Amino acid sequence: MSSERSRKAERIRHVMETEGDSVERNARGFNEGRYESVARLEDYDAYKDRARAIKEDAIERLPELIEQVREAVEANGGTVYVAEDAADANRYVRELARERDAETVVKSKSMTTEEIDLNEHLEDEDCEVWETDLGEFVLQVADEAPSHLVAPAIHQSREEIAALFNEYFEPEAELETAEELTAFAREYLGERIEDADIGVTGANFVTADTGTMALVTSEGNARKTVAVPDTHVAVAGVEKIVPTFEDLQPFVELIARSGTGQDITSYVSLFSPPVSTPPVDFDGDEPIADEPNDREFHLVLLDNGRMDMREDDQLRETLYCIRCSACANSCANFQSVGGHVFGGETYSGGIATGWEAGVHGQESADEFNDLCTGCSRCVNQCPVKIDIPWINTVVRDRRNRGAEDGQFDFLVEGLTPDEEPAGLDLQKRFFGNFSTLAKLGSATAPASNWIADTLPSRALMERLIGVDRRRDLPEFERETFVEWFRTRDVPRPVDADYHAVVYPDLYTNYIRTDRGKAAVRTLEALGVAVEVPDVASSGRAPLSQGMIATAEDHARDVAADLEPYLEAGYDVVAIEPSDLAMFRGEYERLLDAERYEALAERSYEVFEYVYGLLENGADPAPLGRADDAGSVGSDIAYHSHCQQRTLELETYTTNVLERLGYDVLTSDVECCGMAGSFGYKSEYYELSVDVGERLEEQFEASDAADRTVVASGTSCLEQLDGLLARRPRHPISLVAPDSSG
Amino acid sequence: METQLETFETNLGSVRTAVTRTSPAAFQETLADVIDESAIGAPLPFEDVTLEGTDVVLEPTPDQLREAACGVTAAALGVADYGTVVLESTPDGAELAGLFPDRHVIVVRERDLVDDMAAVFERLGERFRDGNGDAVLATGPSATADMGELVYGVHGPRETHAVVVEDAEE
Repeated sequence: MSSERSRKAERIRHVMETEGDSVERNARGFNEGRYESVARLEDYDAYKDRARAIKEDAIERLPELIEQVREAVEANGGTVYVAEDAADANRYVRELARERDAETVVKSKSMTTEEIDLNEHLEDEDCEVWETDLGEFVLQVADEAPSHLVAPAIHQSREEIAALFNEYFEPEAELETAEELTAFAREYLGERIEDADIGVTGANFVTADTGTMALVTSEGNARKTVAVPDTHVAVAGVEKIVPTFEDLQPFVELIARSGTGQDITSYVSLFSPPVSTPPVDFDGDEPIADEPNDREFHLVLLDNGRMDMREDDQLRETLYCIRCSACANSCANFQSVGGHVFGGETYSGGIATGWEAGVHGQESADEFNDLCTGCSRCVNQCPVKIDIPWINTVVRDRRNRGAEDGQFDFLVEGLTPDEEPAGLDLQKRFFGNFSTLAKLGSATAPASNWIADTLPSRALMERLIGVDRRRDLPEFERETFVEWFRTRDVPRPVDADYHAVVYPDLYTNYIRTDRGKAAVRTLEALGVAVEVPDVASSGRAPLSQGMIATAEDHARDVAADLEPYLEAGYDVVAIEPSDLAMFRGEYERLLDAERYEALAERSYEVFEYVYGLLENGADPAPLGRADDAGSVGSDIAYHSHCQQRTLELETYTTNVLERLGYDVLTSDVECCGMAGSFGYKSEYYELSVDVGERLEEQFEASDAADRTVVASGTSCLEQLDGLLARRPRHPISLVAPDSSG
Repeated sequence: METQLETFETNLGSVRTAVTRTSPAAFQETLADVIDESAIGAPLPFEDVTLEGTDVVLEPTPDQLREAACGVTAAALGVADYGTVVLESTPDGAELAGLFPDRHVIVVRERDLVDDMAAVFERLGERFRDGNGDAVLATGPSATADMGELVYGVHGPRETHAVVVEDAEE
């Protein structure tokens, strides 16, 4: 195992070094564009709802819509072939090429043909195949696979492309600028297009009522690919079908904004082939308009596992994907490594797990599935509202279940709950059962901390479970947060208007008890009657490792532990954003509806709750203020938490801090990412540091360098602690009544 | 309050498309100033303006298509909110003339302007359901960032120029 981990670490390091900078620059550019463009779109949320509804309906009625497409395309004079799998699709296109003695095939960008490796099959038929999309052309010359759904060569810099072209094509004058490279490619590919016998495209959408392909492009190559040769073959997954022509509209509004951050691409081509444009025979000299219109069109609709995905309650949502790449661009880990690490045989980014598991089989997601930490940053970015982290969790769970019995079972007796397979990867078991460890670690602290931190234990942990020894381990407190609350001697408020349970999450209870104590003091100062009962851990840790059954168990325990309090009118206040995200999000999938709703409706993030109290007239006077904050100072550099941002809760913390006189500067990088259990894993340690460096950069910049660093999430705090010289703090410690430094 | 035409012009500008306003009477004169040698085109499906009698070659050969510096075609619709024009394919090669030359001159009538994409799909839906329909929603020149920087004129036109024919005064 450990050699496998070090190989993986080595591969990640290599790709970060060679491709990371280009991917980061471009993906972050797309992100910025997306935020701006989406902000300009009125009714963005309404469009997302409509897009989602259209896809739900289309996938539900797919068999019927396939027949409708067939009728519409045949009525237009084209042919539809539904291909069962890759081999079937390839055979069909090969036969077409053979019948036409096709020598040259030009293609416009299509991930679906990448999925089936169409080029290789056509080359076996002695066809010369040319990718006319410039990004794809670069990859064809470099003999590489796409690393991004929309910008396939995102990992290549201009300098690398220039070197590649100069070596491969040996042009008379060395190519250097983007202009020169583009002009060269245009000329070169223009000649191929003129010679082409067949043009192959994908389709972003296919409309059932009119048999129209929608192609979303910017270069114009798809238009030429369709217009010039007399035979057009479109290869599209069956999931690309939408019921009506009008259904295209929300997607046209959303797809470019979500992908590259443009309001719209240069071209949205709506073709109901065979198209009316006369084909061009560049060898002829008669006026083109006089050419007889003898066009042929074939639509190959590809199943290749999609109809099975449709039957799969967990993978079905993947079929709603419009391949815009927003999930990849908004992913902190993807920004560091790109699709050559964060991707499978064909697809890359967050949604790739669903696609790869569906079309190539679950095991093809093994290499990269772990790179989704479930941070949820992609969830709000997806124009069809796919719960991408959940799909990743499900596939992780299924892979765990398929794992063979581990050879180190004896070492972790008691660390595999009954619901999980014994073969579960040792590392996953370790992190998934963090609650057991935390209990043990706290009970035996400080000895457990000393032992854990000795060199031999770190080496052993690294070798067996892959806990990187460069990462500081959390230190367990001997007295837990719950014990502290139980034994303290403080008068309870009488006749309180509000009653709240402060949820003792694992970290607050065993490791960062101070923030729990600060939360209690803050709420009590605002007149809330507080309880800190012993409540089960949320299940976030096992869920992250893909141990869904165990997480479900935790969820039920949490619900049962909190039920009497909810019935008695208590609210639940969570300090750890990832746990609040469980209550409001994942618990919907883990609990029955009634229990989920009861908890979700009454759970608050601590600053959301404080904000509400202040808005409802609570007197902030007893709280800590900027002017009496002592060494903290009044200038804050604040990093929210990924799930907190997804839930749109960041503003409560900044608002409360500002009311108390703090000057707050916030970070806007996607997230510090990969921290928590992730940054501890030896294969991902360096990636974790790389992702964190973006935050470090922001907080070391001149406007932030002298500010006190504050972060809401445990994993963010751990990560920042490792990256910065300043010790980061939890914001609640700044507002708690007796916080003086 | 900006008129629909003004919104259209502003948005054309933001997608790198030059605009010249003209009247049906002054159309040919305006066009002569806008086109480059050699120009090809497809007949305009409009009553009051035509390319007949201009320097635009209407039935180009493949060589003329390849060599043309400029292509002139009609837009069926102009979309004010996006600066988009709707280009329909025709058997006399409008799609080709608007795609191959370096410069694309788009003739769009003021009366064919619509506010937004919703209006476009409403108008085109019926047309597409009636039989074969092809339309390109074109917004600015062709572009790519695949070579490391944004470059215009990849496979399609490098420059786009809209000639807006104003409605005749009532």
